[in-house]
Amino acid sequence: MYVRGTGGVGHCEISMGRKEKKDKDHKDDVCWLSVHGGVAALLLCIAVFALLVRVAVSIHPYSGAGDPPKYGDYEAQRHWMEITLNTPAKEWYRNSTINDLTYWGLDYPPLTAYQSYVHGLFLRFFHPDSVALFTSRGHESPIGKLLMRWTVLSSDVIVFFPAALYFIIVFYTGRRDNCKEDIAWHLAIILLNPCLILIDHGHFQFNCISLGFTIGAVAAIFSKHELVASVLFSLALNHKQMSAYFALAFFSHLLGKCLRRQKPFLEVLKLGLVVLGTFIITWWPYLYSVDAFMQVLSRLTPFERGIYEDYVANFWCTTSIIIKWKRLFTTQLLQLLSFNATILAALPSMVQQIRYPSNQGFLYALLNISFAFYLFSFQVHEKSILLPLLPASLLAVEEPHLFGWLTYYALLSMYPLLLRDHLILPYVSLLALFILFNYSPIRRQGRKERGFLSVWKVLLITLLLSCSLVLHLIYLMLKPPERYPFLFDAMIMLLCFSQFVLLAAYTNVKQWKFMSHSTSIEKEKKIL
Amino acid sequence: MEGELTSSRRVAHRSTREETEKEKNRIPGSVTAIEELIWFAGVATCIKLLLIPSYRSTDFEVHRHWLALTSSLPLSQWYYDETSPWTLDYPPLFAYFERFLSIFANLVDTKIVDLHNGLNYSADSVVYFQRISVMVSDLCLFYGVYRLTKSLDSAKRRMIWVLIVWSPALIIVDHVHFQYNGFLLGFLLISLSYLEEGRDLMGGFVFAMLLCFKHLFAVAAPVYFVYLLRHYCRGGLVNSIGKFLMMGTVVGSVFLVAFGPFLYHGQIQQVLRRMFPFGRGLCHAYWAPNFWVFYIISDKGLAFVLAKLGFSIQTPAASFTGGLVGDSSPFAVLPRVTPLVTFMLVLLALSPCLVKVWREPRPGMITRWVAYAYTCGFLFGWHVHEKASLHFVIPLAVVAVRSLEDARHYFLLSIVSCYSLFPLLFEADEYSIKVLLLLLHSLLTWVGFSSQFSKTTVVSTKQQGEKMGSKEGLVAAKGGGLVVGWVRICYLLVLLFVEVWGQFLHHYLLGDKLPFLPLMLISIYCALGIMYSWIWQLRFIIRCP
Repeated sequence: MYVRGTGGVGHCEISMGRKEKKDKDHKDDVCWLSVHGGVAALLLCIAVFALLVRVAVSIHPYSGAGDPPKYGDYEAQRHWMEITLNTPAKEWYRNSTINDLTYWGLDYPPLTAYQSYVHGLFLRFFHPDSVALFTSRGHESPIGKLLMRWTVLSSDVIVFFPAALYFIIVFYTGRRDNCKEDIAWHLAIILLNPCLILIDHGHFQFNCISLGFTIGAVAAIFSKHELVASVLFSLALNHKQMSAYFALAFFSHLLGKCLRRQKPFLEVLKLGLVVLGTFIITWWPYLYSVDAFMQVLSRLTPFERGIYEDYVANFWCTTSIIIKWKRLFTTQLLQLLSFNATILAALPSMVQQIRYPSNQGFLYALLNISFAFYLFSFQVHEKSILLPLLPASLLAVEEPHLFGWLTYYALLSMYPLLLRDHLILPYVSLLALFILFNYSPIRRQGRKERGFLSVWKVLLITLLLSCSLVLHLIYLMLKPPERYPFLFDAMIMLLCFSQFVLLAAYTNVKQWKFMSHSTSIEKEKKIL
Repeated sequence: MEGELTSSRRVAHRSTREETEKEKNRIPGSVTAIEELIWFAGVATCIKLLLIPSYRSTDFEVHRHWLALTSSLPLSQWYYDETSPWTLDYPPLFAYFERFLSIFANLVDTKIVDLHNGLNYSADSVVYFQRISVMVSDLCLFYGVYRLTKSLDSAKRRMIWVLIVWSPALIIVDHVHFQYNGFLLGFLLISLSYLEEGRDLMGGFVFAMLLCFKHLFAVAAPVYFVYLLRHYCRGGLVNSIGKFLMMGTVVGSVFLVAFGPFLYHGQIQQVLRRMFPFGRGLCHAYWAPNFWVFYIISDKGLAFVLAKLGFSIQTPAASFTGGLVGDSSPFAVLPRVTPLVTFMLVLLALSPCLVKVWREPRPGMITRWVAYAYTCGFLFGWHVHEKASLHFVIPLAVVAVRSLEDARHYFLLSIVSCYSLFPLLFEADEYSIKVLLLLLHSLLTWVGFSSQFSKTTVVSTKQQGEKMGSKEGLVAAKGGGLVVGWVRICYLLVLLFVEVWGQFLHHYLLGDKLPFLPLMLISIYCALGIMYSWIWQLRFIIRCP
């Protein structure tokens, strides 16, 4: 027998106030069950809905569909399945007669390779032609597409969904201001992130795995299982090197926590060993010689590709309108420059987390540091905006407007890419779906706050929104002038960059403000 | 400090939210209700947009051809044209509707409305145009739902929206398979909402329009006739005759507007011949899950048993999907079924309901009665499509929130009817879509009904339980949520087995033998569920005081 609905929440609040702190943790669990017995089914509904949306997106085209000779990311992933399936693990990263690295050579860490191998087995079982060595290059068939889509869908369901659910459960356990709608809404917002769905299930990638591991690691930190968190984050790093955007945040938060304990050195050592162990296990096939190890490592860091690609809305690409970085400096100098800039931008958040590690501050640090990487690091891709988006979605309850704004401009920054993939229809419908969920009538908080905005702010927001809408239309309808073929791309990039910088500045300030109050809140909690 | 501030702000938010909730309850049908409906419709539309490139049946080409036909030929040739096998076989109002759409189609891409060059045209332009035309015409459905639910409290209203606006069956049939059922059902719901309000004249008017859009909705006409006769045409003799004439004029004028031009050209016979093609067989290619499935199966069974016993049974040459061609009967043992027989059976099944309507025409019951009529039509009608189950599943959603018993019945019915539509989408790409749609629907229905009926106090549920003469009401109050009952659970589990059999086990165990078995199993098994629903509805209608 349990209490249900809002009445249940009220009941919990009262009982929480009266009980002693010792019982609190235990009580929290009971409270969770009582409130969430009814919520569980609701969360399941949301998960099924999110899956339905993904399946519906997956019937649309993928990147490079029908576009020989190199096709796109879809062909890259398929090719990796083909290579991992038909060659021994030692050969995966090495150029040979079988494995031509110039044609979509494997350039992701070993965990991606293992995942490709498993998915390759799946494809071979149902449709051997689609992963046959050599002959399957550029393979395109309806059944092949369906199977490939299923590999992403299943990865999403196996990794990302449980991780998001784990995060939600941990995040709302022990909170006194739980509200059924908030929990459901938060899960929906995390699972229905339009950018992630479009890139994974439209464009075709496996970001859900590395991002899923990252969410899992965050949740593990929240539930005080730091070793588990280290393992999960190491897995994320080993699936996609891009997860390194978060590494400094994890590092500084865990370091800060360890330093506050009785035996800081031992704690750090434990975490370090766990990380090292995870790395050794995943890299095992390449540890037999330094040469093999370096070979893989060089594949993972393609510095020769230049400081930026296409028209990504980061600092280097945007300022290249005025300063021609690529022409003025050597690649090595640029590497050093971007490395320093990134560290400098990430430093405030790191210091904050080392000095005052807190759960809420950690989420902000993840956001700020991944922003720093997106804006300043070397070789950034449009899709990298998915990384700052992830902590922003975890913060969505605190910062609904920030999250909405960021998602909108993140989508806009990927607009040219998605348009090339013929994904305009899912782009529009997922954007609409996102707006509907972000401002759903069931959750009216966002709407109430808008009343406090001044006229100028409203005017500015309207101006920016109409600007972006016009850009959408211009990019879709008009042909750029011959002299500046990338004029519209540059305009989109400029607009997005300005917004990203503003948001990053805001969250940095917020994180530091948060710190000065965090101690007082903790004290307050102890008194309670 | 700030922590306190934020928490107090949150509390303030919650209290304001609760206030708005209260406000909503106080003024039903206020702006917030419309906003909420827009939200529900918006979410549904996003999914529909995503489904644009999915599989589409020949019905897509049928409707495209009708666009071309109505736009490029003069009205007098609409029902004579045979350029494509997909001749116009809907009543005139629908043809006018297609003519109206063709104006826009012409603006989008002139090839869509080209009678000869446009045949089997499948460019993006036509796909987007036709798919979006279905989505826009769904506005009619949303308006109907809004009219029907505007006076309800917010929880019930939301539940009905979930059931109708997010109906998986409508998405499967209209937005994947391709048809305009949402649009037509919208008219039915608008008509029912007028009747429930007591505005009979408008109700009759809208229903007459519906009949001129799609004549298959005429199955409920007897119910409408008796109801309007008894409820609308009341008062003294003069008064009632006056009202009868009034209603007759309104309905007649609708029919006159629709059929008038064809009457003028002297083509009424041709129009009717096109609308009622009795050349088609008793059953559709895929047997709709209705009474005739059992009839066919028992015929086969009897033939088999009798043949074993030594009787000489001739295998029938005709098939029951083939129609009334020649004199041979498709049945080996049992008597042959003609359209007249099915017609009489439908009327017979309807008669208890008609008696009830005659005795006490109550506006609160009209939705049930109309839904019952469509159930009868579905079960016993001639050449029934599986899609016709929408005609009673959608209106029944409105009454499903009224009591626990209703909710239980609807939970089962909606799942079965949606499942019976699965064979419509047979391609691998859409498999996961249809399964997820149904799964989501069942979950949402379960969650929604659970929260609705756990909120109502134990006392009222108890009373209800006693009233219904069953103890299940008590159980529901104790356990919380929707207790579906173990019989229904078992039924649904076997349904799952039927699906697993058809998809995997059949191929694995039997190989290519008996290829018709999976579909037949679905038909038979769903027919059981629909029969149950029919009996349940009949019992409810008879018992209702």
